[in-house]
Amino acid sequence: MLARIKKFLGMEAKPAEEKEVPMEEKKVASNEEVEKVAEEKPKPRIGYIHLSGCTGDVMSLTENYDILAPLLTEMVDIVYGQTLVDRWDIPEMDIALVEGSVCLQDEHSLHELKEVREKAGLVVAYGSCAATGCFTRYSRGGQQAQPAHESFVPIADVVKVDLAIPGCPPSPEIIAKTVVAVLNGDMDYLQPMMDLVGYTEACGCDLQLKVVNQALCIACGTCAMACQTRALDMTNGRPELNEDRCVKCGICYTQCPRSWWPMERIKKDTGL
Amino acid sequence: MVLGTYKEALSARSTDKQIQKISQDGGIVSALLSFALDEKIIDGAVVSGPGKDMWKPEPMVAMSSDEILAAAGTKYTFSPNVFMLKQAARQYGLEKIGTVAIPCQTMGIRKMQSYPFGVRFVADKIALLLGIYCMENFPFASLQTFISEKMGVSPELVEKMDIGKGKFWIYTADDELSIPLKETHGYEQSGCKVCLDYVAELADLSTGSVGSPDGWSTVLTRTDAGENVFKLAVDAGLIETKPMADVKPGLGLLEKLAKDKKTKNQKTIDERIAMGLPVPYKASTEKEDPLANY
Repeated sequence: MLARIKKFLGMEAKPAEEKEVPMEEKKVASNEEVEKVAEEKPKPRIGYIHLSGCTGDVMSLTENYDILAPLLTEMVDIVYGQTLVDRWDIPEMDIALVEGSVCLQDEHSLHELKEVREKAGLVVAYGSCAATGCFTRYSRGGQQAQPAHESFVPIADVVKVDLAIPGCPPSPEIIAKTVVAVLNGDMDYLQPMMDLVGYTEACGCDLQLKVVNQALCIACGTCAMACQTRALDMTNGRPELNEDRCVKCGICYTQCPRSWWPMERIKKDTGL
Repeated sequence: MVLGTYKEALSARSTDKQIQKISQDGGIVSALLSFALDEKIIDGAVVSGPGKDMWKPEPMVAMSSDEILAAAGTKYTFSPNVFMLKQAARQYGLEKIGTVAIPCQTMGIRKMQSYPFGVRFVADKIALLLGIYCMENFPFASLQTFISEKMGVSPELVEKMDIGKGKFWIYTADDELSIPLKETHGYEQSGCKVCLDYVAELADLSTGSVGSPDGWSTVLTRTDAGENVFKLAVDAGLIETKPMADVKPGLGLLEKLAKDKKTKNQKTIDERIAMGLPVPYKASTEKEDPLANY
């Protein structure tokens, strides 16, 4: 998978002769190169696929007011997406952002997801519904419009996923950071999102099972801060889950400093 | 680098007599947060405030120097301050938040800033992150056990607690009592046993008593934000400093304790990995720098 992403991002080993060019010449050359690459290298083609989600994720994307206009006009080409692009058939694309889980009784959704997998270089489970199932995990069918629609699963249950960005919705900042990392080919930053692809059975009880029971909890309160539905409280220094409020988005565990620890990135970001 | 990356190490204390009286050591955290609030470097601060039970702190948002001073002094049990950061941003509407954190809380905050998956518009509002040195933390019931059972004192009578000179100390109105730390070992929370950070290596500025004489603190300025607020407070005469080289026991003791914690806890990490238990850090065999916090 890493190779596929690297290939997509053009990150294969750079030619050795680059090193031998004197600094001054290199500077000029690289400026020209940048312009040339900017002209020659097509902008990443991005599609937005909306399955069973509440549209909160795309709302969060649009909250990047500062970078949204240059992002949409200069940095990427949006080639597919409800309300964004007037197009019915799915084109070839470099990145598919998939919002929402997939309903196993909805033939069209299944078909669309599979077609996207075939036509996209990278499939991104964007938001917790796509990544972990989130609140759609609680569906049991019987609703009026489509009584038979009862099972909504993370998209990784059906197709191969390359990156997962959990959050209900993901924060505008993580979206901006991810887009910038993709455009820069910053694989180190994306690594945790690749690792999160396997995390499809999220639940607030992860903290109990994977952190408290494993003697890792330190009462910092990061999980309770991260919880987007206020399902978590801290009682005697330990997270206490109100299951009625938990939507299985996985943010509490994702954000916990004892689930995974990106020290190198933090050092880079803080300069420490 | 056993103390993490830092710009300057100094011995310092607050010049404010009131802070000196109620603070743990040099009163650096109280002085800096109050100063930052007065100078509008921060709009408010998340601190460990007094809770319902004596000595059981609760995270709170302090909006005035008085509230910051009410939270002065070390509490040796949990106060999940990171929890309160979102409330400080949302309910209190703070744009520039100051906070005080032990190393693990600092790690939670920095991870959130680098990877704010579900945390909307909080990461950029952390204007000042002060770290305090921490060897381990105790569940509240552990404190009750030391104080009520081992020392025979009702926690309500305790005016101050301290750890120093190899002992756990309590001070009441007319008495001071201590037990050796070896009697408190075994009562700390287990999550602390895999922690590789003694001196809050990722804070803007770290402080704690170790290395400096009684009533003084050792300060490590780390980031521009930390250095800036510290220098301004020194220039304003709110904090006095001495070169680390001039004080006893000096930086060597701080380095020793930091190294001891890392060495001891890296061993626990190695044992956990050998048992197949999860731990977010690397085994010593995989690390270039055995003292690094990863």
